[in-house]
Amino acid sequence: MYFLKRLFFAIPLLLVISALAFWLVHIAPGGPFDRERAPASPEIERNLEAKYHLNEPVWKQYLRYLDGLVHGDFGPSLKYRDHTVNDIIAQGLPVSMTLGSLAFCFALGIGLPLGFFTAARRGRWEDYAGSFLATLAVCVPGFVLAPFLVVVFAIKLKWLPVALWESPAQAILPMIALGAYSAGKVARLFREGMLNAMQSEFITAARAKGMGENRLLFKHAVRIAVLPVVSYSGPMLADLLTGSFIIENIFQIPGIGVFLINGALNRDYTVVVGLALLYAVLLIALNLAVDFAYTWLDPRVKYE
Amino acid sequence: MNKADESRKSTDESLNGGTPNLAGTRPSTLDPRLVSPGKQAWQRFKRNRPAVISAGYLVLLLVVVVAWPAVLKIAGHCGPAGAAFTQIHDPDHLSNSQFIPPDAQHWFGTDVHGRDVFSRVMYGAQLSLLVGFVGAAVSLVIGVLWGAIAGYVGGRLDSALMRIVDILYSLPTIIFVIVLLTTLGTLLKQSAFVQQSAFWNREVQILLLFVGLGAVSWLTMARIVRGQVLSLRTRAFVEASRSLGAGPARILARHIIPNIFGVVITYIALTVPAIILYESFLSYLGLGVQPPMASWGTLIAEGVSQINSIRIYWWLIAFPGGVLVATLLALNFLGDGLRDAWDIKSR
Amino acid sequence: MKSAPARSWKPGVGSQGARVGRWNTIFCVLTSGFCLLASGCIRGEPAADLTILNGAEPETLDPAILTGQPEMRIAIGMFEGLTRFDPQTARPIPGLASGFEVSPDGRTYTFHLRTNLVWSTGGPITADDVVYSWIRALAPATASDYAGQLFYLKNAEDFNAGKIKDPSRVGIRALDPLTVRVELNHPTPFFLDICALPVTYIVPRQTIEKYGDRWIMARPLPSSGPYELAYWRLNDKVRLKKNPRYWDAAHTQSDIIDLLPVGSPSAALNLYMNGQADLVWDKELVPTELVDLLIKRPDFHQFNYLATYFIRFNVTQKPFDDPRVRQALALAIDKERIVKKITRAGEQPASHLVPDGTANYLPVEGLGYDPVRARQLLAEAGYPDGKGFPRFEYTFNAAAGGAAEIHQNIAIELQQMWRDQLGIHMDLRQLEWKVYLSAMDHLDYNLARSSWVGDYNDPQTFLGMFTSTDGNNRTGWKSAAYDALINEANQQTDLVKRGEIFQQAETMLVSNQVPIIPLFFYVGINYFDTNKIQGVYENILDDHPLQCIRKVSPKSKVRSQN
Repeated sequence: MYFLKRLFFAIPLLLVISALAFWLVHIAPGGPFDRERAPASPEIERNLEAKYHLNEPVWKQYLRYLDGLVHGDFGPSLKYRDHTVNDIIAQGLPVSMTLGSLAFCFALGIGLPLGFFTAARRGRWEDYAGSFLATLAVCVPGFVLAPFLVVVFAIKLKWLPVALWESPAQAILPMIALGAYSAGKVARLFREGMLNAMQSEFITAARAKGMGENRLLFKHAVRIAVLPVVSYSGPMLADLLTGSFIIENIFQIPGIGVFLINGALNRDYTVVVGLALLYAVLLIALNLAVDFAYTWLDPRVKYE
Repeated sequence: MNKADESRKSTDESLNGGTPNLAGTRPSTLDPRLVSPGKQAWQRFKRNRPAVISAGYLVLLLVVVVAWPAVLKIAGHCGPAGAAFTQIHDPDHLSNSQFIPPDAQHWFGTDVHGRDVFSRVMYGAQLSLLVGFVGAAVSLVIGVLWGAIAGYVGGRLDSALMRIVDILYSLPTIIFVIVLLTTLGTLLKQSAFVQQSAFWNREVQILLLFVGLGAVSWLTMARIVRGQVLSLRTRAFVEASRSLGAGPARILARHIIPNIFGVVITYIALTVPAIILYESFLSYLGLGVQPPMASWGTLIAEGVSQINSIRIYWWLIAFPGGVLVATLLALNFLGDGLRDAWDIKSR
Repeated sequence: MKSAPARSWKPGVGSQGARVGRWNTIFCVLTSGFCLLASGCIRGEPAADLTILNGAEPETLDPAILTGQPEMRIAIGMFEGLTRFDPQTARPIPGLASGFEVSPDGRTYTFHLRTNLVWSTGGPITADDVVYSWIRALAPATASDYAGQLFYLKNAEDFNAGKIKDPSRVGIRALDPLTVRVELNHPTPFFLDICALPVTYIVPRQTIEKYGDRWIMARPLPSSGPYELAYWRLNDKVRLKKNPRYWDAAHTQSDIIDLLPVGSPSAALNLYMNGQADLVWDKELVPTELVDLLIKRPDFHQFNYLATYFIRFNVTQKPFDDPRVRQALALAIDKERIVKKITRAGEQPASHLVPDGTANYLPVEGLGYDPVRARQLLAEAGYPDGKGFPRFEYTFNAAAGGAAEIHQNIAIELQQMWRDQLGIHMDLRQLEWKVYLSAMDHLDYNLARSSWVGDYNDPQTFLGMFTSTDGNNRTGWKSAAYDALINEANQQTDLVKRGEIFQQAETMLVSNQVPIIPLFFYVGINYFDTNKIQGVYENILDDHPLQCIRKVSPKSKVRSQN
């Protein structure tokens, strides 16, 4: 019931988000048809604007856009005029989602063990080294990490391809570059969670009953400690699945991350609003999923 | 925030792993000893070695950064040798000695214009730290007010305020930033106030950067503060104060805000690196500070093309990148230390 | 984080019982998802004969609408005009038309189409298709940015502006299925060049009328050129396959060509070095910080082409309304330093706008580097040693996403040069691309960085830009004398005399009035191994017909296949 209500409330939320995004991109100076070369005559520009209804007031354009949206039409791209926003999403989203899921698995696959390990070795040099590594992953900008990985693993060592998106081997470096930040984050969260769990009352009680330390760690502490990671997973996954400008640009991956940034820079209104909506939908859905997972993992949590 | 250098959110999520409410509503464990919470925190903080080292590093960095322009100025007045020193190390001074590797003259080498990289890194530090701290301060003010009001007043206003946060949260940050930097920039340029003064005319972009980054980083702060306030509101000492006739403003100022100090200060320590990182991403997109000014972000964005297989002017990426990463690490460790010190989980 | 209302935490409710089974489930789901996804990005398709890195993602492949070089380089394979460019000299040679006649006054051209012209989907290409294609490019509804290239036709400008509704009044008509007659406003010596530009390509009427704006994505897509569009995946690749029905298909060298959009120069270089691309041909894809090393390699080919980097003045504002001030600024720039220290690809410093080697023309000598005279002129204008000179701004566009920061680097150099030589202070104003364009359009700048790439091989493409009414003027500089010179040149049939008139005009532009300061002429750089790739020639238009290019002694592909 609670989740149904949340779903229902998502609709007005999305409406407001689309309106806000629509208005924001339209007030930025410059338009999609401003080019370095002036058109042959001012009439051409007027013709173009009329063609895409850019000469109408923004609220009217927005209603027009909503009308299309109701019919599942995100409108034509104003920059890539042979394509619709639907085309762009249909082509780019599967790629971004594939890469994003891989990066998500990478983040959990590296982050959880690292977090566990550093927590279990708290205060020893392993803890310091591991925590340092995790924090480092959070601090290195992606646009530095990605070319660094390419030069070392693809060019110097020749273990992996430098770019493109055709074979599984080509997914490895982008996966690492994209997932590194999240992996560091997950490790830090999980370590924190473990330490807190170990101090919590019922673990102390279990310890007093003579339960073995390993069993404590694996069976009980983990279950509590993972909860912060679970709640972070929602926004993390939404970000990873909707692509990344840097990673797609450096590795030549045909995802949708590049389109959001370039769309904003090129004033490709429909693309920006379409992708913003996509992101919002994913975020809301994933947050809902996370909350659902929460009740499943920990029956003490109830929503009202 | 995932991928701080990415387009999404610019705020840091790490505090409490996104479950402040969960933590906040647990029964309080007030310390029975009569030591003030601040003192306890300080004692715990002192035992945290990485945090103390980080704090030391940050203080040292601040001193150097603040002192460096003064050093340049003093050196300029100290006779011919000093004058030469300033000449060489003025961050904006162009020379013919392009791409010189680090040596005694140029500790960090020189760049494409023959400028001294050490000077530029120091110069960039001013801006990056300023952007980070001012951005965090802006997010602090908006976030604390927003969250405190929502949490304290509750009811309709609370849900309205928090819905706004939800909406802003679901929008990709880059849209905001681009619109803020371009639209406001154009508007401000046309205003008479800015046009009258050459100083404001030049500083307007930096100002916008502060505002823009702060404006997109307050959302998490608002949520955390609201959660804290919600839990505090029903505590005995607040109830007592209320029954003694204290107004909401007084309760907020005397009881609520001091009690969320620990959370806030910790969160700030984690927001500053997030904002610095986001600024570097904006620089990579060409939306950062205006040349010839420099931030670490612009220096790294310029240096990143040096990561290639053919010829590497390594000092152009290694030094700015190294200082940036070291500072972000220090800020993160400091934040962790503060969080442990204030024992935010167990409150 | 949560958009949920506060969770209530109720200790004691529920059990702490082991849920190991759940964790196993989660693990299995994640693992199987991983495998599924990893297999999802494998695509089985034949390898291309030739892989080209083509620069930015094409905005459109509709020949009437496209404006950029990456688009043109693909469209040149899919469609053809009445003429085409010779791959070596870039001079016009017969395309779909086998021949033509010109009337003695140079105003009427009669083209004869080849007799064996067929669309890639079957069906003949006729004179009516030519007329349709040209009228479509001119029609207001098409809103083509390049329609101006057809304004040399009678009544074309009025038709484009909507002042004439009847397309039959435009100076083009089909005399019979194989003959097209074109009437021009005035003799146009470069008209055959125009007939090879994409905006004049012959496009399929039925498909366009059936599918509308996005007809390029229609399948099958009839093409009039040597290649058909196999598919186009955004930000991934454009794949072309040979059109067997093309009139000259026997000479098409490669069967399948992949053209990849690449956003960053370092990615392009890496792909090339690792053998995943055969040919890189966009100047944006040469890493500028390495260019001085790269141009020494045998597989990096430099060539001059028709493009100039220059600075625009906004002459409507003080103090730049004074030609002496503009001259002073021009004379104080050490262009040598800029090309030696910053651009470093072997560019030539420019004292004039029209690049050396432009057809029908010998360029004039403009202002060089003379700081003494610069100071003199500035003093004459009322600013001795720069005293009293207001602060001003230099506007340039930002480089996004790891692109070369050439504009910024040049700006920093200029700032220093003017400060040192003239004692005047300039602020830099870096704008995001669209804001920059909008500032240029509204003359909301003092000085601005600019560049221009010639559309065809004639001085008109550069000098015509600064006439009073041209949309590309963007300086606020209006000169009736200049307009008259350009107009007079275009009426002139004698090419030598025409050149001399253009020279007078250019002297005005770069020596006397100076609304612009040319800085340097671009050089083009392509990179490919001449032992492996044949049929790419360096020419002044940087134009390389796809059907001439082939890879010899094909080595085993480095790219991993599945």
